[in-house]
Amino acid sequence: MSEQRLAVAKTYKLFIGGKFPRTESGRYIAFESSTGEFVANVSRASRKDLRNAVVAARAALSGWCAANAYLRGQILYRIAEMVESRQAQFVDELMREGMTRDAAQYDVQRSVDWLVHYAGWSDKYMQILSAVNPVASQHFCFTVPEPVGVVTAIAPRSGGLFGLVSVLAPTIVGGNTLIVIADAAHPLTSVALAEALHASDVPAGVANMLTGRRDELLPQAVSHDDIDALLSADLTDDEWQLAQEQGADHLQRQPQLPTSAIRAPGDDGLEAIACLQEMKTTWHPAAQ
Amino acid sequence: MSEHSPLAFEGAWALSPAPESSESAHIADHYGLFINGEFVDAEDGGRFDTLNPATESTLASVSHAGQADVHKAVQAARNAYDSVWSKMPSRERGKYLFRLARAIAERAREFAVIESMDGGKPIRESRDIDIPLASAHFFYHAGWADKLSYAVSGGTPRALGVAAQIIPWNFPLLMAAWKIAPALACGNTVVLKPAETTPLTALKLAELCQDIDLPPGVVNIVTGAGDTGAALAEVQGIDKLAFTGSTQVGKSLMRALAGRSVRYTLELGGKAANVVFDDAAIDQAVEGIVNGIFFNQGHVCCAGSRLLVQESIAEQLLERLQARMASLIVGDPLDKNTDVGAINSRNQLTRIEDYIDIGKTEGATLWDAGQTLPETGLFCRPTLLCDVAQSHRVVREEIFGPVLTVQTFRTFDEAHAKANNTRFGLSGGVWTDKGSKVFDMTRRMRAGVVWANTFNKFDPSAPFGGFHESGIGREGGLHGLRAYLSEARA
Repeated sequence: MSEQRLAVAKTYKLFIGGKFPRTESGRYIAFESSTGEFVANVSRASRKDLRNAVVAARAALSGWCAANAYLRGQILYRIAEMVESRQAQFVDELMREGMTRDAAQYDVQRSVDWLVHYAGWSDKYMQILSAVNPVASQHFCFTVPEPVGVVTAIAPRSGGLFGLVSVLAPTIVGGNTLIVIADAAHPLTSVALAEALHASDVPAGVANMLTGRRDELLPQAVSHDDIDALLSADLTDDEWQLAQEQGADHLQRQPQLPTSAIRAPGDDGLEAIACLQEMKTTWHPAAQ
Repeated sequence: MSEHSPLAFEGAWALSPAPESSESAHIADHYGLFINGEFVDAEDGGRFDTLNPATESTLASVSHAGQADVHKAVQAARNAYDSVWSKMPSRERGKYLFRLARAIAERAREFAVIESMDGGKPIRESRDIDIPLASAHFFYHAGWADKLSYAVSGGTPRALGVAAQIIPWNFPLLMAAWKIAPALACGNTVVLKPAETTPLTALKLAELCQDIDLPPGVVNIVTGAGDTGAALAEVQGIDKLAFTGSTQVGKSLMRALAGRSVRYTLELGGKAANVVFDDAAIDQAVEGIVNGIFFNQGHVCCAGSRLLVQESIAEQLLERLQARMASLIVGDPLDKNTDVGAINSRNQLTRIEDYIDIGKTEGATLWDAGQTLPETGLFCRPTLLCDVAQSHRVVREEIFGPVLTVQTFRTFDEAHAKANNTRFGLSGGVWTDKGSKVFDMTRRMRAGVVWANTFNKFDPSAPFGGFHESGIGREGGLHGLRAYLSEARA
């Protein structure tokens, strides 16, 4: 086996509805390493791909938000296991995106730990965010969180696996379905994460991954009527203004995570879950 | 309608008028803007009249705040925040709110009469619901002032600063309480803009702020129309905007805030489904339907304006509903027998009548009980629109009047599909005697408030607010506090 073997290169594709399609547009981003060498042609998702992802995410919503909290926790934990077992792959992709080996290893490890952290939240956040309301009438009245619905998350420009996990985990553990718009400068890790999700019993359509350009996809994501929320952490002033102006047409929820939340595990994990929940108050007579 | 109307007294049993005296209502000829603890005229001297919709006579003139006045009010709120309110121990702050709660309760009768005169709602509702609940809101939030660290998970909660608040005309004092009480309890100062057709009770509340020695500038009230509201949303120096009103205005405010670091909560329109299953207690359901849509002339954002009734009981239920509607007394808001008072303004009456015409054009069958309406004033009979479809405008759009659309369904799945087939998501109702069906349905309804075997219940401790285009954020209860604290999410 000493003769030279030609490596088999991976095609980096989108992840929509549990499948790995190429972009319908046929467009690509030629991804180069930090030293300027060609690495791969990555799919450049189009607005049509985003619409397809919304259809998949919407279709998956009713099943996922009805899944019990224990099951969602199990699946989050399974994602952590899959990422841990693919450490070498993630480290390779992160290094191609410009990280040092040490930084990449550290990034993968704490990403796994953060997934485990959120796996544990699945059956706890509701207890903490809920209330029984002591109304001054003969009623049983309580308030509980419900997932906001279909969420688009803008992956941080800073890249890294942790940036992706910090928007993915709180969104789906809360019963939402998700479309991640990966950062154009860091597409490889996001595709690797999609592959790990595919292997983790995450139901098709619950998490979708689009590689592409933020400037192209963000206007569509904020104006699309069937996207309930936009989760972001590092929009520029111009992007933020555009998001709010266009999101106003259908009252899109647009919570922002603090930048600290996308850089390192902190003690505000619950906030990221809570910002993608709607509170529902239910009343019922308690006297006959 | 006599065959359907055993409760309609057909004149023989007509009730004698039982008017509440308006002598206790002290209304001045003119009210200025309440800025920095004092009533002042608008800089440009602008004024407008507020009318009694039951007679269309003028009750008082009020100042019309322009940009300069709004700016002055925000400055007063900022100064009060910086120099007094943010420095005051939280327990002392709470005591002012307790004082306000008491002051409202002490003058409840006067407030109820003025609320009914200015807005047209039946005295029974202003007396038993609006005013007591307003007082209760201050009392509830007063107790939160020194316990805010329990309201957020982790960290030290901080006030936001100056809150701009814009409220509608359907529950004037109650909406003022919903806005002011949590803002003050959390340590903010406020500039409130009441609706132009119902400014009086907010201005009477300003008098109470003077009576209880609330520090000047903590509460400022600027009266005016939509231009005043727009000026308040656009003015520099506000940290928070809280709005209750139409979805259309809510969206324009959201656009006005784009790119600015102003937090916001929006309570907007609704088109709630009230779903009656065949195993419901029918008479209770009928009462719930009536309360759901004819409460406050249907001027209620969370009104149960779409009746969805299971096909097998539709005929029987409609018969009883029509009999009950025939017994509703429409008339003088100050009469204690009145069930349905005056429509708030001529604009709104026109809008309701336009929608009834649209319904007829779309093919709806119209029914009302034919009550005799007062000869003067703005009134509208409780009305049913039957034979309507999901695509009709009267089913999709908020009418904000005593108009109920009636649709039927066969299966559970059809019921929740129809209930959720709307751009709104403020409230919903479900009527069934089966507990598991209650929770299956309330869980599936995409709405912020769901009433099961009841409707239109409110409490200071119960969070209220909408999904989708019915708004963003919650008001009331533990969750409402987070909208006025900086530890909470944006």
